Amino acid sequence: MALIFVASCRMCLVESGRKDPQTGKVTMLPKLVPACQTPATDGTVFITDSDKVRQSRAMVEEDLLIDHPIDCPICDKAGECRLQDYHFQHGQRERRADIRPFTSRRRPLGDTVTLFVDRCVMCSRCVRFTREITGTNELYVTGRGSAEEIDVLPGFPLENRMSGNVVDLCPVGALGDKDFLYRQRVWFMKSHNGVCAGCSTGCSVNVDVNQDHVYRLRPRENPHVNQWWMCDEGRYGFHHVHSPNRLAGPHRREQEAFVPADWTKLPAELDAKLRAAGRVAGVFSPHMTVEAAYLWATYLRDVDPQARLVLGPVPVEGEDEQFKNGFTIRAEKCPNRRGVEEVIAHFAGRVEAMAELLADSELSLGAIWFGGGYKHDWIDTDTAERLAAAAPLLIVQDLFDSPLMQRATYQLPAAAFAERDGSYVNHADRLQSFAWAIRPPLGVREEASLAWLLLGRRGLFQSREVLDEIAREIMFFHAAAGGVPDVGVDLKVNRLAAEPIEQTARTV
Amino acid sequence: MRTDDPSIRWIEEPSLGLSGRMFLPLFVQGLTTTARHLFSPKVTVSFPEERPKVDNPLIYRGVHRLNRDAEGRVKCVACFLCATACPAHCIDIVGTESPWPDREKYPASFTIDELRCIYCGMCEEACPVDAIELTSLLDLTGRSREEMIFDKEKLLSVYDQTKDTEPMPSARLGGTL
Repeated sequence: MALIFVASCRMCLVESGRKDPQTGKVTMLPKLVPACQTPATDGTVFITDSDKVRQSRAMVEEDLLIDHPIDCPICDKAGECRLQDYHFQHGQRERRADIRPFTSRRRPLGDTVTLFVDRCVMCSRCVRFTREITGTNELYVTGRGSAEEIDVLPGFPLENRMSGNVVDLCPVGALGDKDFLYRQRVWFMKSHNGVCAGCSTGCSVNVDVNQDHVYRLRPRENPHVNQWWMCDEGRYGFHHVHSPNRLAGPHRREQEAFVPADWTKLPAELDAKLRAAGRVAGVFSPHMTVEAAYLWATYLRDVDPQARLVLGPVPVEGEDEQFKNGFTIRAEKCPNRRGVEEVIAHFAGRVEAMAELLADSELSLGAIWFGGGYKHDWIDTDTAERLAAAAPLLIVQDLFDSPLMQRATYQLPAAAFAERDGSYVNHADRLQSFAWAIRPPLGVREEASLAWLLLGRRGLFQSREVLDEIAREIMFFHAAAGGVPDVGVDLKVNRLAAEPIEQTARTV
Repeated sequence: MRTDDPSIRWIEEPSLGLSGRMFLPLFVQGLTTTARHLFSPKVTVSFPEERPKVDNPLIYRGVHRLNRDAEGRVKCVACFLCATACPAHCIDIVGTESPWPDREKYPASFTIDELRCIYCGMCEEACPVDAIELTSLLDLTGRSREEMIFDKEKLLSVYDQTKDTEPMPSARLGGTL
């Protein structure tokens, strides 16, 4: 149950009655009762589709629409609006009320949400959300009767870190997401199952896209991870995917300048260079998918059986923030530290942190390969300088330019989370798989598919095939064998005997 | 089937008479048709020197225009219904918040690929505010493909050009008819 029931919209009125256990006679209540709030007990009888019930729904629907503005064409909810759906089911041909508002008053509730006052049907879901889920109580109902409105108190705007959820909650278009408002009509978008890459909670999301452009992320119901919610950071954290600053096309350093390289010849060239380099190290960012990490680790260990496999910097910002209902925004701002760690541990026996690599005073390597995927600045100039000095061949695959990218021998553009096929393992060792929602921009090649090519495997990169292989090879991932459901699999199931119970009982 | 099958009935071509062999009646018949068309009223026009007459410009499906409201602003509310209805996918709209207090949304950009358009008029039917209309302008030419992709300004200029000859039909929505 997400929110308490208040039976405010009255759309679910049904006939109810009671069956006498002795005589078997059914006595119906003369009044209709709201189905959402009436418990079904032994001997209760419900009639959900009689003429009386249908008529009541039609009347309630007409009442909800009495002063609802007829601005569906410009309302962002149109196409996924519950009121619109009900109107198709129960609607009258003509509007009998003589109130014909065409526009809605609007006012901002905070930095993320705009309230379209007249579209509201006073279901109070948003108010209950701020009371029960976030516990921040910003929203309240002002006025009485037909003058009821949702509002915030002056000086206390809706500004909690989960505020975007009220837009999804709203059954009509009364709450608009400022980030998405007027950007795209919902019927043009296709929804893809994805996993948020914002923090190590790894919320299940719907990635709504049209023509290879991500327009919004919405939480996808997953009782094991995020229930129905996601945080604003994750929700609005997809804009880097379409940033104009993203690297486009691979580049090779020739003297001091970078010249464009050709993807058709590059894999063979990289392979030859890496094999000639001697000692090799691979740095795996916690943004990589399990599959990409596995394929790259396999490849680097094939090139150099003693290759050092290192976990890249793990971005941490602030502290974990837990809300009233238990939803937690993690401070660890990467989706797959656990997965990458386990892959590295399988190949190298232990997980080497980047600090260890840097602390090595006689660091001398033939080549370093960097798998990135970082959204923000993640490396300082000194560290980059030190790494570049340690190896003559530096291959960096990342989304954006960085001090390290400037010192690379090969600059390879990486794919963003919505462009990848693969799996992430969240903080509680739950593995969730996802498929690409948009195609990467021209000149970008997914990390995993590059490793697939370098390994000389046949055909195109198949994440499912790789995950099956990982599940066979690595005990930790065994539970992922034979398919991953939409809600993911708990990788801890195999370790119940080995580890204390309280660790496995962690919930959201 | 064999050619000597008894169920086949063979018939001979009738022999031509004297007049038939001279071709004279057919010759006269043909010349009569020519002469009749020489003196009958013309149905074609010498386009482009002469303009064809459009019977009812209000229902003709020619070049699109974007209507303006009484204050000269674009009437379009960027609802994308024309783009949704368009079977040729030739309409591209970018909606944004409008700068005017009485309106919520308006098109930051509105382009129609006139080469892709099939002039079916579905956009006009779909429009809830009578903002897009097809005019009776029928000769549409350009020197490049880019020139034939009409943007908002171009479509508004088509309105300015045709508003006197073809007024907006709906009075309720600010039209003049």
